[in-house]
Amino acid sequence: MNIAVCVKEVPSATSAKRLDPSTYRLDRSGDSELNPFDVHGLEEAIKLREAGHEVEEIVAVCMGRENAQRPLQKALALGADRVVLLTDPALAGSDISGTAYALATVLEKQNADLVILGQQASDADCYVMAAAVADHLRRPLVTQVASLSLEGGTLRAKRQTEHGYDVIEATLPAVISVSDAINTPRLPSIKAIMGAKKKPTDQVSAADAGIDPSRVGEGGAKSVVRSVSPPPAKQEGRRIEDTGGDSAGAIVEFLAERGVI
Amino acid sequence: MATIVFMDHDEGAFNPNSLGVLAKAASLGGEVTAFVGGSGIDDAWAGGLGAYGASRVLVADDAALAGLPQPLVDALEPHAREADTVLFGAGVVSADVAAGLAARVGSGINCETTDFTLGEGGVVAVRPALGDTVMVESTFASSPAIILGRANAFASEPTGSGTAPVERVAVTVQEWSSAARMAGREQAETGGVDITEADVLVAFGRGIGGPENIPVVEQLAKALGGEVAATRAVVDAGWTSYSMQVGQTGKTVSPKLYVACGISGAIQHKVGMANAGVIVAINKDVNAPIFEFADLGVVGDVLTVMPKLTEALAGR
Repeated sequence: MNIAVCVKEVPSATSAKRLDPSTYRLDRSGDSELNPFDVHGLEEAIKLREAGHEVEEIVAVCMGRENAQRPLQKALALGADRVVLLTDPALAGSDISGTAYALATVLEKQNADLVILGQQASDADCYVMAAAVADHLRRPLVTQVASLSLEGGTLRAKRQTEHGYDVIEATLPAVISVSDAINTPRLPSIKAIMGAKKKPTDQVSAADAGIDPSRVGEGGAKSVVRSVSPPPAKQEGRRIEDTGGDSAGAIVEFLAERGVI
Repeated sequence: MATIVFMDHDEGAFNPNSLGVLAKAASLGGEVTAFVGGSGIDDAWAGGLGAYGASRVLVADDAALAGLPQPLVDALEPHAREADTVLFGAGVVSADVAAGLAARVGSGINCETTDFTLGEGGVVAVRPALGDTVMVESTFASSPAIILGRANAFASEPTGSGTAPVERVAVTVQEWSSAARMAGREQAETGGVDITEADVLVAFGRGIGGPENIPVVEQLAKALGGEVAATRAVVDAGWTSYSMQVGQTGKTVSPKLYVACGISGAIQHKVGMANAGVIVAINKDVNAPIFEFADLGVVGDVLTVMPKLTEALAGR
């Protein structure tokens, strides 16, 4: 079977996040990284292969900037066999709906029996991409999967809801999103990092992928940002740098000051 | 101005986030239709949504609609196509249905919405973004507009006592929607400590390293006269039980003191504890979002700070 893992380039945890005041788009000029939630998707694909399922190919599918290459090298080092990078200036400014449509269009050509997404992207904080992609692909869906097993052509997944856990079975081909607690991703070895450089990256444009340009980009966006403003002001918290537990006294003092101990 | 509110429910109880969005939509004036999909729906129960402002209730009743999102998209689709706005409260199933519907009808979707307006001026949705450092106001270039609320953003108080007329609607389920099935369910365990009642909570996330370190958290909780709580990640990972979980799919708590140990402060956690009186966060990652809303942020190794703090409290 083939597995496709959707991955996204996001601003790194250490870079300041801001919206460009003229376009209202996320300023992506700073350092970037592979969306940490997607790393769990890659790890799960590798675990399926290691568990003895005949996984012919793990392809990482990314929609992003041409210079998303660096985070994509990490996807290859983590265990993807190949990367498909959908990149096109016409895609910039796509909203959730446009992105889901574009990703699904590329995924359709990958012949994947299982499409895996991370539970959310760390820059957008939405957890809806998997469900939108599944509808475009007309495939069954299980989101926020906390544990996964495969038997024959059926997947069995456990996922948390507001009421506890549901166990859901779905017939492949299927789309899932994984919880960030499903596994502990390994760190790539030096050998894997070096090996990643030899793995193929297919760069495709919107036209190559057969994407209808009227449905993507800023022009195709169905959700349109009208204004951006600062949040209601709140009192800045206090900050202490701890060394070897030396903050304990200051914490106790603070708690006493606030009358909670 | 046709507005539909999707009503998530389980075991005969509506999701309070769905009720909150319904009440908010009704408060803006105009007719609001509540949509209830499920298996074995009681008409009188569904009609009770009149108390939250529904002017009518559509009931889609079919065995295929028990708990999985995709058949619910199928059931909702024909009605959504005739609506100007389809609203969802926060919820695991609600989010899946909202996103599936957006793809199905080619609509725009706003997630994590904390406020919205409907009516003459058009639909406007407001969401906090980038770790809640900015408020983003969006309009829609599609009909219907789809809005998915943030957890606990809308109060679910009844607004009246009326019952709404109920109309049963036909359901056609797509082939791929039947390719997933519910194979079992583990109910949340009851009993034990009710963390929503505690004045002091000491909560831990994956930052404590492993379940073997939970006793260190317990000792700190004991020293503070509080109880222990946890994040979704450690519950999903099997370190502790679901009844201790704070956040979007867990409990909503508002203790006088909340000590977050090794918790990054993802939005799903924040919505469950942001109303705590005093928030103390201990985390080694200086960029952790929790420092943005903690009253006291301690940047340091949580496994070192916790026992020292326990010791300091004992020495008072």
